[in-house]
Amino acid sequence: MSSSIDALFERTRAEGRAALVGYLPAGFPSKELSIKAIEAMVEGGVDMVEVGLPYSDPVMDGPVIQAAAEAALVAGTRPSDVLDVVRASAATGAPTVVMTYWNPVERYGVDRFAADLAAAGGAGLITPDLIPDEGAEWVAASQAHDLDRIFLVAPSSTDDRLAMTVDAASGFVYATAVMGVTGARDQTSSLGEELVARVRKVTDKPVGVGLGVSNGAQAHEIAAYADAVIVGSALVRCLLTATDESAGLAAIRALAQDLRAGVERS
Amino acid sequence: MTYAQPDATGHFGRFGGRFMPEALVAPLDELDRAWTEAKADPTFMAELDRMLREYANIPSPLYEAHRFSEAAGARILLKREDLNHTGAHKIRNVIGQALLAKRIGKPRAIAETGAGQHGVASATACAYLDLECTVYMGEVDTERQALNVARMKMLGAEVVSVTSGSRTLKDAINEALRDWVASVDTTSYLFGTAAGPHPFPTMVRDLTRAIGDEARAQTLELTGALPDAAVACVGGGSNAIGLFTAFIDDPDVRLVGIEAGGDGVETTRHAATITGGDVGVLHGARSFLLQDEDGQTLESHSISAGLDYPGVGPEHSYLADIGRASYVPATDAAAMSAFDLLCKTEGIIPAIESAHALAGALDLAKELGPDATILVNLSGRGDKDVHTAAEYFGLIDAPVVLHEGEQE
Repeated sequence: MSSSIDALFERTRAEGRAALVGYLPAGFPSKELSIKAIEAMVEGGVDMVEVGLPYSDPVMDGPVIQAAAEAALVAGTRPSDVLDVVRASAATGAPTVVMTYWNPVERYGVDRFAADLAAAGGAGLITPDLIPDEGAEWVAASQAHDLDRIFLVAPSSTDDRLAMTVDAASGFVYATAVMGVTGARDQTSSLGEELVARVRKVTDKPVGVGLGVSNGAQAHEIAAYADAVIVGSALVRCLLTATDESAGLAAIRALAQDLRAGVERS
Repeated sequence: MTYAQPDATGHFGRFGGRFMPEALVAPLDELDRAWTEAKADPTFMAELDRMLREYANIPSPLYEAHRFSEAAGARILLKREDLNHTGAHKIRNVIGQALLAKRIGKPRAIAETGAGQHGVASATACAYLDLECTVYMGEVDTERQALNVARMKMLGAEVVSVTSGSRTLKDAINEALRDWVASVDTTSYLFGTAAGPHPFPTMVRDLTRAIGDEARAQTLELTGALPDAAVACVGGGSNAIGLFTAFIDDPDVRLVGIEAGGDGVETTRHAATITGGDVGVLHGARSFLLQDEDGQTLESHSISAGLDYPGVGPEHSYLADIGRASYVPATDAAAMSAFDLLCKTEGIIPAIESAHALAGALDLAKELGPDATILVNLSGRGDKDVHTAAEYFGLIDAPVVLHEGEQE
């Protein structure tokens, strides 16, 4: 069976463009507003949604996403709220995955989480601190519930690890374009292109590139060599710095449009 | 059967492993290889041994605490790690890790610290071995351990005050990991305790195990027998694993880890991870941790900043699981009472961390009786904790009361 993510990449490849993936944390600044923000992001042109599960110890995240996750936790966001946000996001028609650190999933119960995520219309998980080496339980649960397993590869990954990780992944492979945490950067790095080239040698699975992308020009640069462009902190910042709700949503929509234009420009 | 843990992938039974961003897996592999090669290299180990002897005042002595023993009601032997350079067992670990950083050609080191002991030891080792040093410390800890912050700066280290999360040790570790993800080409992470992703728990144990090896030989020489119990405080658990490792294959020696009970494990204010926590994943390893029903890390509490950590090294979780070691809490009050007793009976001001081990030894003495020999790891000295202890006992900020007719 082809997943909703597979179908998306078939479509974007047919259109000769990269897919645009947008990240927003569930529950920031509130559950309702995080849903509206996702809807605005999809209206603006995001093809796939990453819903962040707020976690107390997000070691891969830079200050922007950390601040949003902390606020979401203070606001009382729980895994059941994240699943509600997934349900609303999936209702927009965009394939929706959850990006989560591992302990909350383990605590929820790996199989139960997979079942509930699938029931909410989720397409899979991105697991920044779960490598396939430790992922047997998740691989089994994701197979049982037809969910995709999006593992990360990094510029520091050896060829052996790259091959092993890509083999374990489904949906797409998440290539971290820089050595560092999440956060918008002024310049994209050449490490992303090299890494994608290395991944291409071992698989034809789609490759998404993230970490550091903040505008249409950068998205365009990455779209030239990757199957998906992943944007997080720049979108989250729209909400963090907005003076009010409608300004935040408008900023998200406008950024998504700019990014979409970037991935479509040939 | 001889104890042989962890397995090749860094698992102690169901604990340990690597729950880390892929970006750090290659550096962790590199570190694992480098440490495996270094510890098999007689030149490296001889150099490490020489540095520890000449520079760090190691081996530390074993001291029979006669007056404390009398008060306790059992024979108490203290492994005097407080007499090491920088005042704690930590120097063994960091000199080893810093020397390894030199060997693999990394010019910069980062470290995290809670009480500041590991930060001071790291700043010291980096000054000694000419490495650039950055220490991450939670903002709350920089306030309660201001003297240690000054020490680190004197030694040439940059101290970064971490303002995210609970602003304590766990957040300092998060921030150090974030630094490391972005700087692995030039930077070694001098991990401060026997926790974290593989190979840190094993490497830190290897570097601290001489505490137990020395104490075992010293106890045999002094008493002609092994101790009935070996006791150490457990935060992350580096001094305890160092002590315990020498006795794991001696089934008659009870191994007892004393956790920080704070206000009591029945309250929410403690750091007794094994006693009061659940199995989960934090900072790269599966182990016991303090967490809520959603898997969010809970804030820990202890009067000792050095034990104020919601996680624990995975090998301790394993030793608890298989029943080879037991882990019991000592409250802030019990630790401070033992602290006071050691000061008054022996003229030794212990670290508040170590006072938890002393409190545990006092309880064990009651249980085991006067014929028992209890080996206690006095993991650090109390200089850094003088302010906390003085406040606790009401010895500072008390107004001077003049009697009528007296002149100031």
